[in-house]
Amino acid sequence: MKYVAKRILLMLLTLFIIMTISFVLVRMLPQEEFLSASQAETARARREALGYNKPVLVQYGIYLRNIFTKWDWGTSWKIEYLKSPTEVLFSRMTPTIILNVYALVISVPIGILLGIFAALKKNKWQDHVISTGVMIFVSVPSFIYAFLVQYFFYYQLGWFPAIISSLYDAGIKMGMSQSAVTAVLHSGNTLKLWMSWPMFVSMVLPVMSLSFGTIAGLARFTRAELTEVLTSDFMLLARAKGLTRAQATTRHALKNSMVPILPMIIGEFISIMAGSLIIEQIFAVPGVGKLFLQSINLLDYDVFLFVSIFYTVIGLVGTLIIDLSYGLIDPRIRMGEK
Amino acid sequence: MKASDIKNIPAEKLRLANRGELHDTKFDTKPIGYFRDAWIRFRKNRASVTAAIIILIIMAFSVITPLVSPYKINFSVTSYSKKVPKSRVLSKIGIFNGQTKRERNDNAFVNTIGIGVGAADMDGRGATWEQGMENEYNPAKHIGDSYTKEGKRYHQLKVDVYLEEGFRYFQVEDDEYFKILEWQEKTGKQVIYPMVDTSSEYCYDSMNANYWYKTRPGRIEPISDTGYSVRDLKFDTDNLKDSEPLESNYLYDKDGNPKFYQNTGSTAKKIRVLYYNYYQYLYGFEPDYLFGTDANGYDICIRLAGGIRLSLTIAIIVSAINFIIGGIYGAIEGYFGGVADMLMERVSDVLANIPFMVVVTLFQLHYANKVGPVISLLFAFVSVGWISTASRVRTQFYRFKNSEYVFAARTLGASNTRLMFAHIFPNSLGTIITSSVLVIPGVINSESVLSFLGIMSLNGDQGTSLGTMIASAQPSFTQFPHMIFFPAFVLSLMMISFNLFGNGLRDAFNPSLRGVED
Repeated sequence: MKYVAKRILLMLLTLFIIMTISFVLVRMLPQEEFLSASQAETARARREALGYNKPVLVQYGIYLRNIFTKWDWGTSWKIEYLKSPTEVLFSRMTPTIILNVYALVISVPIGILLGIFAALKKNKWQDHVISTGVMIFVSVPSFIYAFLVQYFFYYQLGWFPAIISSLYDAGIKMGMSQSAVTAVLHSGNTLKLWMSWPMFVSMVLPVMSLSFGTIAGLARFTRAELTEVLTSDFMLLARAKGLTRAQATTRHALKNSMVPILPMIIGEFISIMAGSLIIEQIFAVPGVGKLFLQSINLLDYDVFLFVSIFYTVIGLVGTLIIDLSYGLIDPRIRMGEK
Repeated sequence: MKASDIKNIPAEKLRLANRGELHDTKFDTKPIGYFRDAWIRFRKNRASVTAAIIILIIMAFSVITPLVSPYKINFSVTSYSKKVPKSRVLSKIGIFNGQTKRERNDNAFVNTIGIGVGAADMDGRGATWEQGMENEYNPAKHIGDSYTKEGKRYHQLKVDVYLEEGFRYFQVEDDEYFKILEWQEKTGKQVIYPMVDTSSEYCYDSMNANYWYKTRPGRIEPISDTGYSVRDLKFDTDNLKDSEPLESNYLYDKDGNPKFYQNTGSTAKKIRVLYYNYYQYLYGFEPDYLFGTDANGYDICIRLAGGIRLSLTIAIIVSAINFIIGGIYGAIEGYFGGVADMLMERVSDVLANIPFMVVVTLFQLHYANKVGPVISLLFAFVSVGWISTASRVRTQFYRFKNSEYVFAARTLGASNTRLMFAHIFPNSLGTIITSSVLVIPGVINSESVLSFLGIMSLNGDQGTSLGTMIASAQPSFTQFPHMIFFPAFVLSLMMISFNLFGNGLRDAFNPSLRGVED
């Protein structure tokens, strides 16, 4: 417990320092002027309240106070006028999470199975085929195979749409009336539409592009771990006491090789909230990654800062949980701590 | 004898115990050092050696191309944008011949072949279909089958997209006009063709110089001497050679000779040029785009070479700086340990946890206007890139600092710096070199991703990056796959090769793998 508390404290400290650095760097950028008079008036009042004319550290104090007392992270001026960054971000989470969950659900079993298969067939042609494929998919940047799947499955074969379809179109395709779709879109409760079949079909290509890299990475990792375990002494002992190769592999080797793989998968599940900048850009997914790019292109500083901090938190929490889960999964590591 | 006497034995009382040969035999084989051993094992790894050769070829391509190519990185001809690859050398074996498949209805088909007929009609006295189809400037290089759909006739043909531009109208000054004439005289290639009577009612499109023949007034169908149009089947588009010839719509002077220009001012002339030859007059060489042209009419080949150079330069600089900063930082951390190590670890921990995209964006927003996007990208890479190198060096130092040879050196009075950099560092060099090489594909990837996403914008005359090329080809990549294929292919090839190369190095520098692979 003491170890966990220490880790969490350290994490919060790191987060605080990164937040401070990012805040100062963002506030030092020149502020955008507003075109219309009414917008400029609103903005001036808001900035006055946030202490924009005071020293940066005082501004940071106000910023922190607003977060702790009112959960107020600033204002989006460009992306969704006058909405709070928290609201803007959480409205983009649904597509990102759904897309990435689909991708992980597909890629984790495939990746692990390929890795196991390659390890069992080590140095045979099956292993060489898988290892070559893994090498290619790990190396080639994901936007290139995004284009390849678009080219073949959309342009040549016409099986799937090139980009993700809009919720409105999906609703119409499901047989809802125009007014009903509009009502759902306005209510903000769009989860059902996101989970619908037409949306799923339009998500096939981005899910594919997201999966290739994960499958390849997992397969490579699993193969490396499993080959190491298969050559260890306890496997020899297992065979010596009369287990068949299959028995020894499933009962002893697989379990042990999963020790480093499971935390990796847990880490992947945490990072699904961050979304992929590239895939969301290419397939026009209105998700978190796209929001981050939008905030950069439109110079919506408060949103940019909030998304940056959000990314930092996800990264930090991910690392922490991975480290702690080693202890949960493997009793040897837990014992070593004490 | 007292112990102190041992020190004071006179020299003459000492003599060698063994005056003869030493019993140790000298090794017959040559000693193999660490790096030599690594090199021997690296050479056995065929994939890595191939990867290294591919990297060398790509590097050579990026350096040699600007030397041999007639194009410059800022050379753009907007008329020749999005053109497919054409190389005079490679077209002899049937690839990169600048041809694309087209489907044309009757009128467009006549117009395409009409370019060839117009080009054959050098003096304005008229040319037959046969002459036109055999003319070297005829864009229709191969005429395939035709079919009827919904009552209309369609023709499949392969056209040379560079010749397809056909004729253009240009306004030129008099001295320019005479220069073109002089150039024609010298090279024997005709640029200026008879001027079309654009005000005539038979001219379908007064802006498009490919309508040099008479059409039905206000209509697109050509008319022939006998007044028949395509509709009346006098033009049998499936068998043009036996059809009536197109009737030209030129300007004539008083004597009935075709005019080659139209005066538009006291010293300016409007002329009709064959664009393919006009291009040669302007630039001095034939259009010869090995990888085609992009959406702005830049030569993809030379831009690609520029992009590779940029990627590799950034990657190698970043890798070298990481090596130095990370090496020193990690060495201090690992060697001294304790409080210094803890504090320095905190610092690198904070830096490592800032998302890289955020770091890059902040650097771009702060410095792109002051020092340019490439330099600010370099700053971003360097500011956080050294951390992984430092942690590797730190681990190596922890491993070696308590070895016997370090104690021995310390006993002999070596200073801390000497111990760190002359004794421990060379032992961890293999790991560090490997990690520095593996930094390169990471940097290449990040750079292409960033320029692809537009976070770092690099376009225009100064140069480009692979990511920008891919991003600008994206909107029309299904129609013009060549624009995206070459940069994407080279990028993938570089990534795969550097990863393979790095993995090979890692295995070669890892002595515990010795003999395992064999």
